[in-house]
Amino acid sequence: MIKTDKLNFEYEDGSFKLENMDIKIKDGEFVVIIGHNGSGKSTLAKLFNGIYLPNSGKIYVNKMDTADEDLIWEIRKSAGMIFQNPDNQIVATIVEDDVAFGPENLAIERREIRKRVDKSLKTVGMFDYIQKPTTSLSGGQKQRVAIAGILAMHPKCIILDEPTAMLDPVGRKDVMRTIHKLNKEEKITIVHITHFMDEAVDADRIIVMDQGKKIMEGTPKEIFSRVKDVRNLGLDVPQVTLLAHMLKEEGINIDDDIIKIDEMVEKLCQLK
Amino acid sequence: MIRDITVGQYYPSESVIHDLDPRFKIIASFIYMISIFAVENIIGYGVVTLFIALLIKMSKIPVKYILKGLKPIMLIIIFAFVINVFFTPGKIIFQYKIVKITDEGLYRGFFMAIRLVFLIIGTSLLTLTTSPLKLTDGIEKLLNPFKRIGLPAHELAMMMTISLRFIPTLLEETDKIMKAQMARGADFESGSIISRAKGLIPLLVPLFISAFQRADDLAMAMEARCYRGGDNRTQLKVLKYTKKDLIGSFVLILYVAFLFAFKMVW
Amino acid sequence: MSIKIENLSYIYDEGMPFETIAVNNISFDVENGEFVGIIGHTGSGKSTLIQTINGLYKPSKGKIFINDIDLTDKKVKKSDIRKKVGLVFQYPEYQLFEETVYKDIAFGPKNLNLKADEIDIRVRESMKLVGLDFEKLNQVSPFELSGGQKRRVAIAGVLAMNPEVLILDEPTAGLDPKARDEILKQIKLLNKKKKVTVLLISHSMDEVANLVDRLIVLDKGKKVLDGDVRSVFKEYELLTDIGLGVPQVTELINKLNLRGYNINETVLNVEEAKNVILKHLRGDSDD
Repeated sequence: MIKTDKLNFEYEDGSFKLENMDIKIKDGEFVVIIGHNGSGKSTLAKLFNGIYLPNSGKIYVNKMDTADEDLIWEIRKSAGMIFQNPDNQIVATIVEDDVAFGPENLAIERREIRKRVDKSLKTVGMFDYIQKPTTSLSGGQKQRVAIAGILAMHPKCIILDEPTAMLDPVGRKDVMRTIHKLNKEEKITIVHITHFMDEAVDADRIIVMDQGKKIMEGTPKEIFSRVKDVRNLGLDVPQVTLLAHMLKEEGINIDDDIIKIDEMVEKLCQLK
Repeated sequence: MIRDITVGQYYPSESVIHDLDPRFKIIASFIYMISIFAVENIIGYGVVTLFIALLIKMSKIPVKYILKGLKPIMLIIIFAFVINVFFTPGKIIFQYKIVKITDEGLYRGFFMAIRLVFLIIGTSLLTLTTSPLKLTDGIEKLLNPFKRIGLPAHELAMMMTISLRFIPTLLEETDKIMKAQMARGADFESGSIISRAKGLIPLLVPLFISAFQRADDLAMAMEARCYRGGDNRTQLKVLKYTKKDLIGSFVLILYVAFLFAFKMVW
Repeated sequence: MSIKIENLSYIYDEGMPFETIAVNNISFDVENGEFVGIIGHTGSGKSTLIQTINGLYKPSKGKIFINDIDLTDKKVKKSDIRKKVGLVFQYPEYQLFEETVYKDIAFGPKNLNLKADEIDIRVRESMKLVGLDFEKLNQVSPFELSGGQKRRVAIAGVLAMNPEVLILDEPTAGLDPKARDEILKQIKLLNKKKKVTVLLISHSMDEVANLVDRLIVLDKGKKVLDGDVRSVFKEYELLTDIGLGVPQVTELINKLNLRGYNINETVLNVEEAKNVILKHLRGDSDD
């Protein structure tokens, strides 16, 4: 779905760099890109969507080169984007009008827009709010409306740039549940950028970034079991993973790639 | 205070007034505005009052809510009243040293205040019953004929939509920054005009920075959703002139005819 | 400095169709030097509550005493309260406005009409308290700093008022784990060393578990739990019911108990979980 080839990028004022990134994201995959603020993960997202262009190297989205000006709208149609601040990406004052904004830009016929708006809002669980003013929604609800707005453009991939950073725990959970559903049921490729480790445990793959470079890549189990490396980067590991790691150091016979509570419960019950 | 501003806000509800075509509502509002400045006598105002009362009743918006919208401009209304009362020449009915109240002045001050009140109620009724998107859509369609002479109708309409969308957000933000600075001992309420103006800097600077940030974010989000201006764009909601609008036009004509026929105008 | 809150209620748009009770008959006392976590969802009334304590909102009902001075008394000057009760809002970096870090932090003390040398002492002190290097950063524009640093400047701006009570509304919202841990560490130090009474608002149980002495849990405007951290965490079911949850390890121990383990201790962190599990696995438990 997305492929980068020796990607290099630098801001005009030289303030930040991405170096030699080689990333491949397969169709239908759920990839989490993680790193702390300033690691370059948001910049990468904007490169995927053609908002920024690389200084050297190539990015292909759905086999289209983002540097090709003729393809830019095609690229943005197939790789939708959700941003961090839920307030700053909603255009319209009424929920359904906002969801219709994308399809309207694609000059889609009215009756088809109607269908898409209704369906997208049902998919994200916001259909009951279809006529509500957007300002009356909570942060998590706004993000789900924004996701519906992208969904109505029928993308193949959705890139989410820290969509949960400004949400409360309930909002975060709702957004995470929604994007997992999209991945499983609608087969949409998800690139989820975050600094919350607990949002990465259910991913197919995690890419860890630091100072503009990709420094780790693997399944959640592979990444989290490297407890020390992850913590040295200033990132969290799930508490149970840390616990497993500590118990192993104490000589208990336990795998240190446990990432979920239920797994841990099973293991400890076997040991007893 | 900031929560009191109802002008420009939309009050969702299901009513005939809400359903009317925005183009019709905009034109009707203009005619209404002209009518309140043209009406010259008490009976005329009686008709206007009845008319507006009927509209409010039909719109299903609580009267209390509409009256709340008058609060922020009460000062202007009182000012207009006072100016007229004290500075209109005519038959003096009360005098204390240089302060004179004339018959004429009382009359004019009263009507000026009434006009302003009707003006605000009328315009807020338009925005309260018309969703901002419909409103801007209506304006865009009404401006469309002027496209040929280079008027960017779509862009103007989009600008309006976005401003309306962000007014509540920015008001909330203003409130928040104001409170945050007050918690740091800032004083927005007392002092001379100069010190008050200076006192606004801690409010305005963060507000502008945040507004620019929001504008930047929004532009990026709109681009990411393939927005390329008004050309080659469809719309989910297309304005249609319906039977209700026909009835509405009829009522409006009746209202104007009534005012004229019974010489309530001029 | 102690805080006493008696039957406090706050109602938005009283008498209007949108009337909402944000704070519903809440009472509690906070003693001098205490570190209290106030936890609840968005809409639980926590933000409204703290704004009434700072005198920004006038309570609809009830009384607030700060060191036995009644805040609801009309004779009490609001500016005097704000000198004593410092309030750090959510995303406080949005309130920065001056050209330099120094000037921005000095804004509060200046409003208190302090002398230049006193202001200087306070700016230096507050920067130190939040862990910012004075020499390196005091002449820098706050807008050039990173997100975490901006937030520290904003917090320093409130600390420079020398408050005896510090109230923070979700001070770590939007920060990454590293910046989050650093800020929390500084706040803890502030409470310990300077004996500042701290009220910390949060919606994260993980965050407060190892930080505060006492927890007050709010739900839909009402106080539902109040006590030391361990006793509040015992109410696993109630916390899960109102959707707040508990840290992973606390949940783990609960689930283990359902599967035949018999652990009576309430654990708050990984270290404690390790110890109780080891104790049980090695069979040296007393029961």
